[in-house]
Amino acid sequence: MPTEILMPALSPTMTEGKLSKWLVKEGDAVKAGQVIAEIETDKASMEFEAADEGKVGKILVAAGTENVAVNAPIAVLLGEGESASSIKAAPAAPVAAKAEAPKADAPKAEAPKPAAAVASGDRVMASPLAKRIARDAGLDLKNVAGSGPHGRIVKVDVEAALAKGPVAKAAAPLAAAAAPAAPGAVQIFDPHADVPLTSMRKTIARRLTDSKRDIPHYYLTIDCELDALLALRQQLNSKAGEGVKLSVNDFIIRASALALRKMPEVNAGWAGDRIVQFTNVDISIAVAIEAGLITPIIRKADTKGLATISSDMRELGQKAKAGKLKPEEYQGGGFSISNLGMFGIKHFTAVINPPQACILAVGAGEQRPVVKDGALAIANVMTCTMSCDHRVVDGALGARWLKVFKGFIEDPLTMML
Amino acid sequence: MTETAKFDLVVVGGGPGGYVSAIRAAQLGLKTAVVERDLLGGICLNWGCIPTKALLRSAEVWHLIRHAEAYGFKVEGAKIDLPKIVERSRKVAGQLNSGVKSLMKKHKITVFYGHATLAGAGKLNVAKDGQAVAELSAKHIILATGARARSLPGLEPDGKLVWTYKEAMVPQALPKSLLVVGSGAIGIEFASFYRTLGVEVTVVEVMDRVLPVEDEEISALAKKAFEKQGMKIHLATTVTKLDRGADSVTATLKDKAGKEQSITVDRVILAVGIVGNVENIGLEKTKARVEKTHVVVDEYSRTAEPGLYAIGDLTGPPWLAHKAMHEGVVCVEKIAGQKDVHPMDTGNIPGCTYCMPQVASVGLTEAAAKAKGHAVKVGRFPFIGNGKAIALGEPEGLVKTVFDAKTGELLGAHMIGAEVTELIQGYVIARTLESTEAELMHTVFPHPTLSEMMHESVLDAYGRTLHF
Repeated sequence: MPTEILMPALSPTMTEGKLSKWLVKEGDAVKAGQVIAEIETDKASMEFEAADEGKVGKILVAAGTENVAVNAPIAVLLGEGESASSIKAAPAAPVAAKAEAPKADAPKAEAPKPAAAVASGDRVMASPLAKRIARDAGLDLKNVAGSGPHGRIVKVDVEAALAKGPVAKAAAPLAAAAAPAAPGAVQIFDPHADVPLTSMRKTIARRLTDSKRDIPHYYLTIDCELDALLALRQQLNSKAGEGVKLSVNDFIIRASALALRKMPEVNAGWAGDRIVQFTNVDISIAVAIEAGLITPIIRKADTKGLATISSDMRELGQKAKAGKLKPEEYQGGGFSISNLGMFGIKHFTAVINPPQACILAVGAGEQRPVVKDGALAIANVMTCTMSCDHRVVDGALGARWLKVFKGFIEDPLTMML
Repeated sequence: MTETAKFDLVVVGGGPGGYVSAIRAAQLGLKTAVVERDLLGGICLNWGCIPTKALLRSAEVWHLIRHAEAYGFKVEGAKIDLPKIVERSRKVAGQLNSGVKSLMKKHKITVFYGHATLAGAGKLNVAKDGQAVAELSAKHIILATGARARSLPGLEPDGKLVWTYKEAMVPQALPKSLLVVGSGAIGIEFASFYRTLGVEVTVVEVMDRVLPVEDEEISALAKKAFEKQGMKIHLATTVTKLDRGADSVTATLKDKAGKEQSITVDRVILAVGIVGNVENIGLEKTKARVEKTHVVVDEYSRTAEPGLYAIGDLTGPPWLAHKAMHEGVVCVEKIAGQKDVHPMDTGNIPGCTYCMPQVASVGLTEAAAKAKGHAVKVGRFPFIGNGKAIALGEPEGLVKTVFDAKTGELLGAHMIGAEVTELIQGYVIARTLESTEAELMHTVFPHPTLSEMMHESVLDAYGRTLHF
């Protein structure tokens, strides 16, 4: 039997992607593990390897096709002794994908095709009643466990899932996916140019809309004096070897990591029916790239020294800009940092990166007048604002965390211990 | 000599719950025995469901003979041969009883005839006529001892003038007049049988409607139909006294207002409910809990005593053979460690009454659905709008469906009329599969059949009925 090669899901949030390039053509022999295509996911560009060996019998989805649903057949692989004629009528690639073959004038037609947003491949076993109740409630059955015969999802399962409250829905990324990512197209009358949405743009739109809508954000702002830190940084940089140049941001990552280790309640997330406390201190760092935004992760940041954090960060940043991050390098994380200080931003509030509970928005370090011992003085001051998910982190807890963080920043030798 | 034997499973009681459990156990490779004190097939097969259906069939034939002219026949000199009717009913029961025997043989299930008593964990003593027959040990014991007619103080049956179902099933002569106490399924089926054969029948019901578990609308239609046939029905009335004469009984009836009246009838049938057979089986020595006359079990029929299970009528209402059989199968599959075993959905057990007209239902009544807080959509379709019903000469009846207005869930279905007991399974399947009105609407029902009314009733609930 010829095997269908299916559009891979290269990240948990990926529902569709762009098949940017075929590296094989019909008739080519491929080995298991051989890279056969490049796929642009919602986060990055990925190489796609063949799982089996065989001969490429037919390519079903042309290079350059966008919005290819996860699990849609993209090619047919022939085993030994099989010929292309054994492929029956080509399994239909998703309609959306075919219609939007790579044509320069495509974007106009592209706007509202919500159907393509949901993976079409695997059938969900559910009773008609369960399906209807889920549909009416906006619940994705993919996230519901079935208790009926052969794991069929029945009414009680959906009711149980809904009883967990609206958050259960939020914890279901695919459920929330369909709606905001593809809203009804807005009619624009003024002269304009349409900019087609990239996969990443759609993901940003969807995730941040979900976050801002569903998470009860609140914000805590604190000022940290940087003079001691800047002095220490200069000292360390002057003594460090070739290639090491610590940034203020590296100190902020280290200070955050230590504060999180001290207060694991903040290194936590909302999981619908429970709060999860992450075992490791993994910090997501927002990195602006041409296509949008991505958050590579410094893993176990509390166990890493400043130099390691610094070199990790440099490497991840370069990969991010090149679109070469691997999923494990940007998926997960328990806490986020977004720093816009380099643009001179004094203060801002960031949108929480779910399921994490907190994100720290870091402003510019600048000289400001401060009052010390009843007299005006000049100090380097940085304003940090933490956005917190109130379901996980209450005000006093968030405030205590910021105090600990400020302690490390203002007395940076303590973070060298 | 006493036989000693070891089994994986011993089922106490060879009624529908018991013998079906045994068959399923044998299929799953368990070494299985059944202990039966009387006849395999139990009350259902020998003295209940089956022989009454044979009687009612005879009544139906008589009904058709009496209305033969309407179908183009002149029938003269037709007579009721009651002994023959009873003989046929007994033959039917006998045939099925031997059927169960051969099923036991086919599945290599050992049958012990006698009375079983629990004798410590995993042990059973079987005795017949006071003589020990066997000592059995089993890893698992399923009690399926069934139930018997309830008797009320002062109204005890005597077998001659005041009957239970058992005497009512084998009458030697037709009484001229009959009082049926209780209008549940058992009472009303006998009332229907005797009334169709020309007996003057009076029904007394303590509740304010006949067939009180059915939908109110169905109860009302049933009452109307019975009264049209000449039955006298007293609702919200109790029988306070039975004065037994030489060959008649004078019953004192008391209505809700406390007004008394007495009626004299040839015979009385008591059908005031049933009680579980919990006595004399050694339950008191186990941890199993008995509440009133029922053994308390969980959703897999487990009692509080490890290795001891109870199914069927013994565990309480609804007292229905199909409930017992299904419980037995689920219980045995759980015992055998089968995967994907699911408890029976107690809200989805159909009920059938084989009076004329027949009544069948599943799920919630309209009133119960509303009481549970459902906004409902109700569909109705009358037999008069159905071609097949007209052709059969059965233009009276109704198919009623109750949907949740929000989700389209079929909450309940209620039918009265010809052959509805054969139709209800369609709705039971729909409910088991959790169909909504959409799937039922998309189903192609064959024409011409009575089943089309089931389609129409669904359509009617959504204002789309085609033929009425």
